Amino acid sequence: MALLEVEDLVVQFYTEDGTVRAVDGISYEIDRGETVALVGESGAGKSVTCLSLLRLLERPGEIVSGEIRFDGRDVLGLSDEELRDLRGNEIAMVFQDPSAALNPVYTVGEQIAEAIRAHEDVTDETARRRAIDLLERVEIPDAASRYSEYPHEFSGGMQQRVVIAMALSCEPDLLVCDEPTTALDVTIEAGILELLEDLAAEFDTAIQLVSHDLGVVAGLCDRVQVMYAGEIVERAPTEELYYDPKHPYTVGLMASIPRIGDDRDELPTIPGSMPDLVDVPTGCRFHPRCPYAEEACRLRAPSLVDVETGVPADEPAPNDHLAACHEYTDDLVDGLDYEVVVEDGGGLE
Amino acid sequence: MSLANYVLRRVVVTIPVLLGVTAITFSLLHVAPGDPIDVVTGFQNVDDDVEASLRAEYGLDRPVWEQYLVWVADVLTLEFGESPVTGRDVGATIAERLPYTLLLGGSAWLLSLLIGIPAGVVAAVKRGEPADEVSRIAALAGIATPNFWLGLVLLLVFGVHLGWFRVIPPDAPLLSLEMLWFMLLPTITLGTASAALVMRLLRSSMLRELNEGYVRTARAKGLRERTVIWKHVLRNSLIAVVTVAGLQITLLVDGAVVVEQVFSWPGMGRLLVDAIGRRDFPVVQASVLLIGVTVVVANLLVDITYSYLDPRIRYDR
Repeated sequence: MALLEVEDLVVQFYTEDGTVRAVDGISYEIDRGETVALVGESGAGKSVTCLSLLRLLERPGEIVSGEIRFDGRDVLGLSDEELRDLRGNEIAMVFQDPSAALNPVYTVGEQIAEAIRAHEDVTDETARRRAIDLLERVEIPDAASRYSEYPHEFSGGMQQRVVIAMALSCEPDLLVCDEPTTALDVTIEAGILELLEDLAAEFDTAIQLVSHDLGVVAGLCDRVQVMYAGEIVERAPTEELYYDPKHPYTVGLMASIPRIGDDRDELPTIPGSMPDLVDVPTGCRFHPRCPYAEEACRLRAPSLVDVETGVPADEPAPNDHLAACHEYTDDLVDGLDYEVVVEDGGGLE
Repeated sequence: MSLANYVLRRVVVTIPVLLGVTAITFSLLHVAPGDPIDVVTGFQNVDDDVEASLRAEYGLDRPVWEQYLVWVADVLTLEFGESPVTGRDVGATIAERLPYTLLLGGSAWLLSLLIGIPAGVVAAVKRGEPADEVSRIAALAGIATPNFWLGLVLLLVFGVHLGWFRVIPPDAPLLSLEMLWFMLLPTITLGTASAALVMRLLRSSMLRELNEGYVRTARAKGLRERTVIWKHVLRNSLIAVVTVAGLQITLLVDGAVVVEQVFSWPGMGRLLVDAIGRRDFPVVQASVLLIGVTVVVANLLVDITYSYLDPRIRYDR
């Protein structure tokens, strides 16, 4: 049994323009200690998926159907008390913008110690000592004195370290990181990612990493799931996805990454933009932007199938490569036509 | 900068402001029409010699700046002189009235916070639900009702018809049970509008704060909803309320003029109105100065409270 199992999750937002299906029937699982990425453009439903895991969605968002099982327990059926016990203690979250995620009027130490006190029966002094210890582990220099400083006295990178310390305070089994480095300078980013990687290994914590940056994902994750317009369109082990992307959307994403030694004048972009989720395109949601779209793509929605056999996988193994494109059920007349060039020295870290 | 340093600096900055207050208070009365000597003579025509000797006695023959310095020196030693109208010591008169005003204003202020803050929190948390609607209508009524009218109606209903309260203060010490019971109606009269204001302000600033990222972080940590609201959201929302609550402190001394009249309450508001009518200059000066000082001190308290609530403010200046 996987640590986290998400099955047919549907999340809707009720807006003035109509009902938005931000997440439309996604299923995936994460094993203990595994690091899995969710990638895609803004608005693909990545963050909403993360918030759903902890039932942190607020009105007008709502989980309409599906199941989330954590360690065998039905997360959507938990009582308020059980849910509080899960949050922070078993599943913890690192948010995108650390300066917004920290409360400006309490010291960083108090905000960490508070999380410890919420879940464990410890004295204030013990919680304080553990918070200082955590600040040291996220490599904040002079932790004992910085304990009593306020968030605005920290740089963005240091703030994110505090948020990570807070998330790890109760040694969760799963760490949900929602674009943890997007708000930070590129120079800071590497340090934070390295820290996440080290700590996840040290605490044996599984990570769900949300990112729109395929470079970040390559460095950190075992597996990748590509999301588009509320659906998972491709999933594969990281290396396989990079060397052999199967879905035209993934191909587009990869082509738009700049690379060192690149002699292209202009980076290719995926034409158009993500569809309005109030009124989604018929058939394959990507077809209006897909260079290989055919009649079949407009008519029928492709299902997520094994790229080798074309058979939908009910319980895919972690290493299976799945994609949601008619190509793999032999429904395209002309087929896909692209070439992946692996440059020397390109490769993955 | 530590909180203590910040407070010290703010206090030092207040000194020139207070000096300004004395200067304006003093000059206001000299700019106002009427000659204090007329009051002394009872508006009768007197010999020039007599008038000159009276002027000399009260120091009115000296240059204005000298009069000012003498006055400030006296004020610094809490010496406000003697009223030419009643012949009583001004400091003693104020000392007699001030506790009444402080107690009434203070309890009205406390009432406005004790009702306004919890009601504001509930309204924000239960946004759009019946509790929010009810509090919104109550607040609208509270703000729209003139306090003298509310006072009269309360007196009429609970004092005259039901007979639960006296219509004038009992002849009892200020801190007696009878007096405190009597004070209930004026406290409600004075505190209602403030409570409504505090409640609406807190509601809107809480609604803004509830959308902040740290609220989600707090929930994601597994804190109780109660802790999230009362510890994390409330403290950030209180800044707006502190501004208003601080300004309402000035009601302690000056604002209750009308309500004091309605309830025959022997406080500073009535003293000031009477003194102006009688051209009792030393009393007016002392009262106005007291009001000015209250405003300055209230603002100082507001600033200090800000910096206690939000540590970022200590660094901004």
